Amino acid sequence: METFYLVAGMAIVTFSIRYGLLALSGRIRLSESIQRALRYVPPVVLTAIIVPAVLYPGGRTLHLSVFNAYLVGAVATVIIGKLSKNLLVTIVGGMACFALWQWLMRSL
Amino acid sequence: MEHPSRCREFWKGARDTLPLVIGAVPFGIIFGTLAFGAGLSAAGTMGMSLFVFAGSAQFIALGLVGAGTLWPMIVLTTFVVNFRHLLYTATLLDYLKALPRRWQVVLAFGLTDETFVVAVGRWYHNDDSPYKHWYQLGSMVFMYTNWNLCTLLGLVAGRMLQGIGGWGLDFAMVAAFIGMVIPYLKDKSTHIAVLAAAVSAVAFQGMPHKLGLIMAAVIGMAAGVAVEMLQKRRVGAVASRGDS
Repeated sequence: METFYLVAGMAIVTFSIRYGLLALSGRIRLSESIQRALRYVPPVVLTAIIVPAVLYPGGRTLHLSVFNAYLVGAVATVIIGKLSKNLLVTIVGGMACFALWQWLMRSL
Repeated sequence: MEHPSRCREFWKGARDTLPLVIGAVPFGIIFGTLAFGAGLSAAGTMGMSLFVFAGSAQFIALGLVGAGTLWPMIVLTTFVVNFRHLLYTATLLDYLKALPRRWQVVLAFGLTDETFVVAVGRWYHNDDSPYKHWYQLGSMVFMYTNWNLCTLLGLVAGRMLQGIGGWGLDFAMVAAFIGMVIPYLKDKSTHIAVLAAAVSAVAFQGMPHKLGLIMAAVIGMAAGVAVEMLQKRRVGAVASRGDS
């Protein structure tokens, strides 16, 4: 029963966030400055997810060193992305660099 | 796209999402695998992927279930973690509000990070295809099917794959998200917006319920707009000097 409430609650909350503004869309108009700000949403939100995941891989402590494979892998992914300009190459190449570095650091 | 049609838009949306689907595969499998250890039932695990469909919130919920957190607290945390999706709907509002209600409901349900970023590129593209919503549908159907199949695979193979969480496969999401950010890094204001969001995300890392994510996003957006306004003012000043 607990699980049912949990899943139902999460589903309702998530859908409400995603749908809410559409339900009101007849009554709201976004000002031009808000629309301009919203153009930054994709890169800014993704960055705010990526950076803590990379710098705090365990969750709590800042891990700024070459032994942090997430950090090294992320830097490699950025370089591959800038050079290749291809999403699939970026993801696969980035994962390969991460895996290689993690293996190297563990076998040291 | 030559001669846009419903079918062509749908497949193009799915195809453009393929790299992100690949990035989500390990993530989905790990979710299914970890659920067992966290003490979430198979029905609860599948239910989350089927009805909530929000990767990072599902992972956080799993961690909280494992820690014995009460369900209302987990729902509250889900609200904060997914609050960023409100910004996604706001961004697409002008395009989605013209659609029939049933389309709005379906597309809103599937508005994940990945589908949002892929679809927003299609909506912003200046051609007058009347079927761009089919593109978004193609993207979300592919993500949704993959996410649920991977969750199921993780559940079924859970015992065999014990310890997969420690392999670092979750880096796939980081790589996918970096790949999604890079095409946006074209002008000065976006670079500064991203930099501001990065610094703020670290500064607010310790905030409870991932509130720092929202703070960082808002600060990043504000920084981008501020740079734009400064640039405009400088251009305006140069132009008026030219006039006199």
